[in-house]
Parts: sequence; C-alpha cells; structure tokens
Amino acid sequence: MIPAAFDYTRPSTVDDAVRALAGAGEDAKVLAGGQSLIPVLRMRLAAPTVLVDIGAVAELRGVRDDGDALVVGATTRHADLLRDPLVAAHAPLLAQATAQVGDRQVRHLGTIGGSLSHADPAGDLPGVTVALEATFEVAGPGGRRTVPAAEFFVDFLTTALAPDEVLVSVRVPKRPGWTTHYEKFVRVAQAWAIVGVAAAVRRENGTIAEARLALTNMGTTPLRAAGVEEALTGAPATVDAVASAAGRAGEGADPPTDVFASAGYRRHLATVLTKRAVLAAGGIV
Amino acid sequence: MTIMEERAATEVGAARRRKEDARLITGRTMWTENITLPGMLHLAILRSPMAHARITRVDTSAALREPGVVAAFSGADVAGVQGSLPCAWPVTEDMLLPDHPPLAVDEVRHAGEAVAVVVARDRAAAVDALAAIEVDYEPLPVVTEMPAALAEGAPLVHADKGTNKAYTWIFDSGEAGTGQSTEATFADAEVVIKRRYVQQRLIPAFMEPRSVVADPTGDQHTIWSATQIPHILRFLLAVVTGTPEHKVRVVAPDVGGGFGGKLQVTAEELITFLAARRVGKPVKYTESRSDSILTAHHGRDQIQDLELAARRDGTVLGLRVRLLANMGAYMGLVTPGVPLLGAFMYNAIYKFPSYRFECVGVFTNTTITDAYRGAGRPEATYAIERMMDELAVEVGLDPIEVRRRNWIAHDEFPFDTVAGLTYDSGNYEAATDKATSLFGYDELRREQAARRESNDPVQLGIGVSTYTEMCGLAPSRVLGALRYGAGGWESATVRVLPTGKVEVVTGTSPHGQGHETAWSQIVADQLGVAFEDVEVLHGDTRTSHKGLDTYGSRSLAVGGFALVNACTRVVDKARPVAAHLLECDVSDLEFKGGAFRVRGAPADSAGRTLADCSLAVFAAHDLPEGVEPTLDAEATYDPANFSFPHGTHLCATEVDTETGRVTIRSYVAVDDVGRVVNPLIVEGQVHGGVAQGIAQALFEEAVYDADGNLLTGTFVDYTPPSAADLPDIVSDRTETPAPDHPLGTKGVGEAGTIASTPAVVNAIVDALRPYGVDDIRMPCTPERVWRAVQGGDRS
Repeated sequence: MIPAAFDYTRPSTVDDAVRALAGAGEDAKVLAGGQSLIPVLRMRLAAPTVLVDIGAVAELRGVRDDGDALVVGATTRHADLLRDPLVAAHAPLLAQATAQVGDRQVRHLGTIGGSLSHADPAGDLPGVTVALEATFEVAGPGGRRTVPAAEFFVDFLTTALAPDEVLVSVRVPKRPGWTTHYEKFVRVAQAWAIVGVAAAVRRENGTIAEARLALTNMGTTPLRAAGVEEALTGAPATVDAVASAAGRAGEGADPPTDVFASAGYRRHLATVLTKRAVLAAGGIV
Repeated sequence: MTIMEERAATEVGAARRRKEDARLITGRTMWTENITLPGMLHLAILRSPMAHARITRVDTSAALREPGVVAAFSGADVAGVQGSLPCAWPVTEDMLLPDHPPLAVDEVRHAGEAVAVVVARDRAAAVDALAAIEVDYEPLPVVTEMPAALAEGAPLVHADKGTNKAYTWIFDSGEAGTGQSTEATFADAEVVIKRRYVQQRLIPAFMEPRSVVADPTGDQHTIWSATQIPHILRFLLAVVTGTPEHKVRVVAPDVGGGFGGKLQVTAEELITFLAARRVGKPVKYTESRSDSILTAHHGRDQIQDLELAARRDGTVLGLRVRLLANMGAYMGLVTPGVPLLGAFMYNAIYKFPSYRFECVGVFTNTTITDAYRGAGRPEATYAIERMMDELAVEVGLDPIEVRRRNWIAHDEFPFDTVAGLTYDSGNYEAATDKATSLFGYDELRREQAARRESNDPVQLGIGVSTYTEMCGLAPSRVLGALRYGAGGWESATVRVLPTGKVEVVTGTSPHGQGHETAWSQIVADQLGVAFEDVEVLHGDTRTSHKGLDTYGSRSLAVGGFALVNACTRVVDKARPVAAHLLECDVSDLEFKGGAFRVRGAPADSAGRTLADCSLAVFAAHDLPEGVEPTLDAEATYDPANFSFPHGTHLCATEVDTETGRVTIRSYVAVDDVGRVVNPLIVEGQVHGGVAQGIAQALFEEAVYDADGNLLTGTFVDYTPPSAADLPDIVSDRTETPAPDHPLGTKGVGEAGTIASTPAVVNAIVDALRPYGVDDIRMPCTPERVWRAVQGGDRS
C-alpha cells in the first residue's frame, strides 16, 4: 500500500525538531528508522500530516561513556549498537536483546529510540530498559527532562512523551558485579516476542543477593516482576530455588490473547522463561 | 566441410547453475510491475470489509472529482459486460456453480471481495480516491466453518442455491471394480482405527505479488500478468469476455513464484482488462501484500474423517475417507477438483484391497480455495501416513516395518492400484533403506529410549513419511473422464537458426522452476549443440502460441517429452540436407554428437553439423527435391499415464515439554524422481518443498473470526518461516527411471511439500506418545503442543 500524503521535514538539531513538532500539533510524527512507523503509514492505520525526520540530528546518534553509565543516543541504529565495544562491556543485556530485534534488515535501519518510543508491548527493548533501571532524556519546548524507564511506558503504544517531545538518549547504568540474560520466545525467528524475560542478577557467595526482572508482552507495558525479585533476594543460587521464585512471574500480569498465544499459555511461559532467564543470567546449573 | 570433435551427451545430469538466475535475483528483468507503457493509468480496488452483505448503494461520483482520477465504477456499472469468473472443473453433473462476478454487483460473500475501482494517473492518486467511494452494506449472516455451513438452518452463502453443499463426489473400489468393497473388509477386520484430521487453510505466499497490465490500444489486446497459465488465461479471457481469441495476447513475463497460487483466472485480471477497455488506455494493477493474503486464493482447508481396517499383523485391508472440502465463497478455476487429485492418492504406496472416498464440497463466507503446491495430494498423503503411524502403535510394530508389510515391492510394477491408477515404477525399499541409513535411524531410536527413561523434559521423536504422488498432469482422456474442461498435453518447438544457434519455444510457463536451464541441457544433448547456444522462449502467446502451462509437476514430465520429440523431428528434417551435402544416401547417415556422418566413418572424418545444415537451408540455393527451407519442428505430446515419483522422508524433532516448542533436529529426504536433468534444480525443489511442508506442520494457518474477518492478514500474523526457522535438509536420491519417458524423468515440483508435513507431525506425536498424545492439530504451535502434553485441550 501507499501512505497518505504528508509533509516532511528533516531538522539538524534537537531544538529544530522540537520546534517542528510543536508547530505541527497533534498530527506530527517523529520518523527515526521507520521500522514501525512506515508499515503503519503504508497500511493507512495512521495518517500524520507531518513527518519530522530526526535522522540528521547528530546529537542523537552514538554511544558515550558517562562514568557510572552509558548514554545511548536515540537514533543509534541497532546494528551500530551491536558493534559498540562500550555496550558489549557495560550493557551486555541490551546487546543480547538488540541482537534479537526483528531481522538483519530491521536492525540496520531501526533505532533504539524508535523501538522505545513506539512502546510495543511485544518489543524487546522496553523490558530491558526497565530491568536495567535506565533513565530517558527527553527534549521538549520547555527544555529537557529525565524520565525513569518504569514511568516512560504508560500504556499500549503510549509513552510519557508529549506530542511535541523527542527522546534524546537512554542512560543505562553500568552494573559491575551483575550478570544478565534475555530469554525470548517467538513463533518464527524474526518475530516479536510472545513472551520475553530480561533478567539481571548479582550473586554473592552461594546466594542471589539481588535480582531485577522485567517481562515483555505480559501486559500493555513491560512488567517488573517484583514478586520474583523479592523471592530471589537472598535465596540460594540453586535450580530449585530459582524455579520456585519463578512461579511468581505472572503476578500483576495481564497478558493478551491473540493469534499467537492465549493469555493462560503466556502466564505459563512467563514462569518457564523466567526460570531459564535467571538460571542463565546467574550461571546456575 | 567441417572436421569436428564428437560432443558427448553430458548436459543431462549436470548440476548447471541456472542461466535465468542473474536476471531474476537482481530484478533486472520484466516483472509485470516493472512494465510501464506510454499513457499508462493505474487501478486501485475498493474491497469489501464485510464477509457477507447486500450492497444497497455504491456511489463513485465523489471519487471522480478527486485529483488525477480518470474513471471510477462499481460492479453495477459493468454488470452486463463483466461476465463471470470461470471454473474449469465441474466435478459432477449436478455441482452447484454460482455466478462469480469479478466486481460484486448486489452482494459480497467474503471479506476482500472487489466492489468498486478507481483508475487514475498515478497509483497514489488511485489509492487516495478509494476513500471517496461510498458503499452501503446491509449485513447478512456469516458462516466460515464447514460443519456449521452444513448444519440445518445455516446461513446460505448463495441463497438462491438453497444449500451450502456444492457437490458430493464418491469413489468406491467395489463399485469401480478396482478392488473389493469396504463393507466386506471392515466387517472382518481385527483392527479398525478412526481419526479426524484437519488440514488447515494455507496461503500460497508467492514472493511476487500478483500484477496485471492491460493494453487495449493495439490490434491485439495485450494482458501481461504474473500468472502461471498464460495460455489458459488467453483462452478463458476470450470465452468470458467474448473477445475473439485471435485479438487477445497474454504474456506471463518473468513471474516470481506461484505454488499453484497463480493457477487462476483472477478477478483482478478481468477488472484490469475491463477498465483498460473502458478508458481506452493501458492500465496497471499491482496488489499489495495485504491484498494478496486476503484475496489471492487460499489452499487446503479440509476436514478428513478416516477409518482404516487392518489385521493384527499390520496388514492394511481397507480405508474409508469422508472429506469435507472448503470451497470458499465461489468456485475458482479448479477449486472443486483439488480434493479429487487427492482421491487417487490415499492408498499411497500400499496395496490394500478396498477403498472408499467420499467428498463434499462446501461453500463458506471465505476467500476461495484452489490449488496450492501438491493440491489434494499433500492432504491425502498426510492422512494415510498419520494413520500408518497410528496402526504401527496399535499393532506394536515399528512404523517403518508396518509400511514395509504393506507397500508395493519393486518387482510388482507396473501396479494397478485400488484407486484405479497404474503406477509405472518405483523402488520403495531402496529409498527407505537409503533414508534410514543417512538418518541414523537406529541410533536415534536408542537416544529416544534413553530420554524417555530419564524423563528428559526435552523428548525426541522420529517421524516417517513414505509417499508417492501422481504428477505430470495429465493424460487428456483421464482429465476428460474426470470432467475437467481441458486436456493435459504439452507442446514444444525447436528452431535451428541460420548460424546454428537454437531457439526453443515451450508451452510450459516457468515461474521460478528453471525451465530455461533444464530445457537447454536437454536440447544440448539431443542436438549436440552448446548449452549456451540454446535460448528458451516461453510465456507469450505471440511466440508460444500453444501450451497448457505449468502446474502439477508437469513441465518436464510432459513438456520435456514434447521437447525431445521436437528435437528428433529437427534432426530428421536435417537428415536429407546433410545427405545432400555429404553426397551420400540418407540411409547411410548417422547423427551423433551434433554431426551427421556416413555410417562407419571414423569419428574425425568429415561430417556435417546441424549448423552446416541450417545455413544450407537458410541459403536454400541447393536443396534436394521436396525439402522445405526450414529446420524448425514442433511436437505436441499427450501423456499415456501420470508420472509417479516417490520417496522416504525422515524427521527427528526435539519437543520441549515445558514450553511446547518443537525443534527439528535432523531431516533426511530421499526422493526418487526418476532420471535427473539437473541435480541442483532438483535439490532446490526438494528444499523449497520441504520448507513449505514444514510450514504447514509447524507455522502457518489462515484464521478467520466468526464474522469472517481474516485475522492472519499480514506475514506478521501468518508467520511463514524463514531460513532461520528451518533445519539443514539432507537430501539424496535413488533413481528409478520412468519407463515410458524418453529421458526417464518424473516430476519433482511438489514432492517435498507432499512428503514433509506428515514426517514432522509424526515425529512430534512420536515424541509425546509417553504422554498419551496421539494427535496434535496443525500447525503444531508451541501452545497446542504444550496443551497436548498437559492432556488438555488438543484442538
């Protein structure tokens, strides 16, 4: 299909991008890698009057070291992030999940900021940012503000971004001493997650000192598995203890039923995948 | 005078890289969508959002005022001239054959049916203007499932027909005299197994969406279409639209896949033709992927009720099949006949004495079904191969052993089957032995036992599928007896050009099969010319004026036969010319390695090549009395019988009982497709076919909701697998030459699809036998598998 006609602007600074959005009102959309927006336009599920292409804004691209955290620019493409040594060293969970986003073509065009701003509950990256307790820098007409990942994802395809705001970067804390794993369950290789689990654990001696877990596609936003985290904290690093804690993975979840899976099956999967994610993250056998 | 080396006939059998691939893969070729004609306009189609509704009003006037719009019209505007889409296979005398207008006039019967069109100066303008068309629908009750459609008081898809039952077609071996009556064999049987299997609806998902360009400006009206059947399309366009046949030219330029999905005369072809003639200018329509998924015909969608009778020792005595076949809302080109292609295959490679097949065709408010790779034969093969596994469990035999006790032995060919066919040749023992050895059957069985013993959460299953298929469609007399509207012959023309290069015209219509390569190899051997010196022309009724196109694994089996005959005729035509040039008698000549020589002369002696003859014929200065100045020959061949390739496929699956995920660990395909012209092409066909068969087993299903909306309307929802989801396929062959074919070839286009689906499902069920599982509905999604493990809902 062919999208409905729209105006197109390609600013070179964040301020210009914000101005363009503010000037166009509710009918403007930000275009980054286009991997979610273009299909929506082509199927005429949306018909914005203006597209603000932020691909030329230099400030938005790239990864930098900021002491105790990495700052990943919003238009950093998945493929570039996967080649980045800082990400490999300090945010392996982000790299592991990014490697499973879409297919090779998608990863060469799609961006981290685009994935996060689209806020698809089946997308891989929102849950990872929640598990890692990342924070998002957002620019708007009133200046810049910071939003914690847990507050950024508001509802199905809905974020804390106002229509005239642009996501600038994602600040991912380095977590020395932590180990991580992303467990994704799909129907076919390049598909969205039926359920996904992002896990980070810190082991101390024979126990799990701390754990951070977020579930993908178990509700309209990424779900922090607080019950599992609580059960794991201080638990022995054994298969049985992890399996028992993982039984609480469905707490607070409201998973969808769709052509891929029923809600009940997703609840079951969440427990199995959580167990596997924690075992893999913690190197527990 | 030419001194030449003898050229050995070595092309057939060589793994030649395909000569057409460079242009196909780079797209630097004539895909229909690449065609742009002077003054060409673009067509967009407004489709029904409702599965069943009366159309009470269509107003296209506002669309006419949109920028760039040249014309807009609805079904009512063309009701008198648009005709009805053709069905070429009325399988019974009393089959219901409802009108099938290309543009719906007063009622829509499935979601996506074309309702109105816009013709505009560019495609975007045409698509934009669709929004300005107003349509009022009055909803009617919807029925999408076959059992519901046959129930008392069901909503009627065609109210004037009074029923959704389109036809009942029966074959009974007792009545036909091809075997015993099932009544007798079932009454005495020690074992009777009953099962219901569901062949889910599939979407052919060819790579190139359908596209049509119609040009009404020349003396001949020309239609370019991404079709498998340019010749059949030309004939039917003439019949349906009343256009004189000689005024219609159809071109299938390079076509990107079909799998039966482009074996159709489509509404879009008729509508584009109609629109072009209304506006008097060339018009193009190319469908979107979403439109393709929604409206191009679907495949499969059958419910199979099966009963198998056997003795305790595993000897099968009889099979009864009661089949419901979903036609969709109308009859497509061969919709009603697809289940019949399966009817002759349920007995498969086995020699049991009684068989009864009963099929009911059912109308529903869904997109039409029609041929999809294998067409009837995958469904039949699935049913019997699943049942053979059930029998093996019931009588406590290894699944290969139970097959061995029932299959036709290699020394029993030709074999008259209980379904009334004569299998020409085969060696099921050899193929099975080779497959089990490549697979490591015994070691895998040992590993399976160990995993069962240790209660491993990941269980191992082994699936067996032995198959044969009828391909090489088809003997015309058989098609006539089955009430099909055309024959099954094929044609070929061979022209030796003055410089000795060769032009071949084939009536087959490749859409990815590699005919240009394979035909060149055959001609190179037959005429002793270089592979590179052969050009194969196809798909344009102006150059290829006669043929029946490509489907049903027929091109090489039937078209290849015609090609060899045409080559022989060319050589025979050259013979008197060569004799004249060599100043000898025709009876003293022999033709070998591309040259005529006097019989008994040494190989390095003076000879005359075909090129010498063609140049002499071209000059025509000195031809013997009565010799025509041409080295062209045509041959048309009507096969005496079908072709029966066969094989054994083995699949090992790992089933994660915690999640239900199925992983194919190894897959071995040993196919016997007769003598092989090009092993690379054969392997490609097997790999692609196996991938599509695995897709049915594990991944794909077209799902409608109760209102008749297609829920799997994109590839995101329909989940066709990619290479990343598929196993390494070990493919090998045995070669039992087809006895009646000059090259000994059979067919290979559908073999992989036919064999692989039951191999995979048998493997999954085999893995889960300890859990009491004896069936899982396809596609075996992780959720369905997990629920089967739980002993819960197995639907």
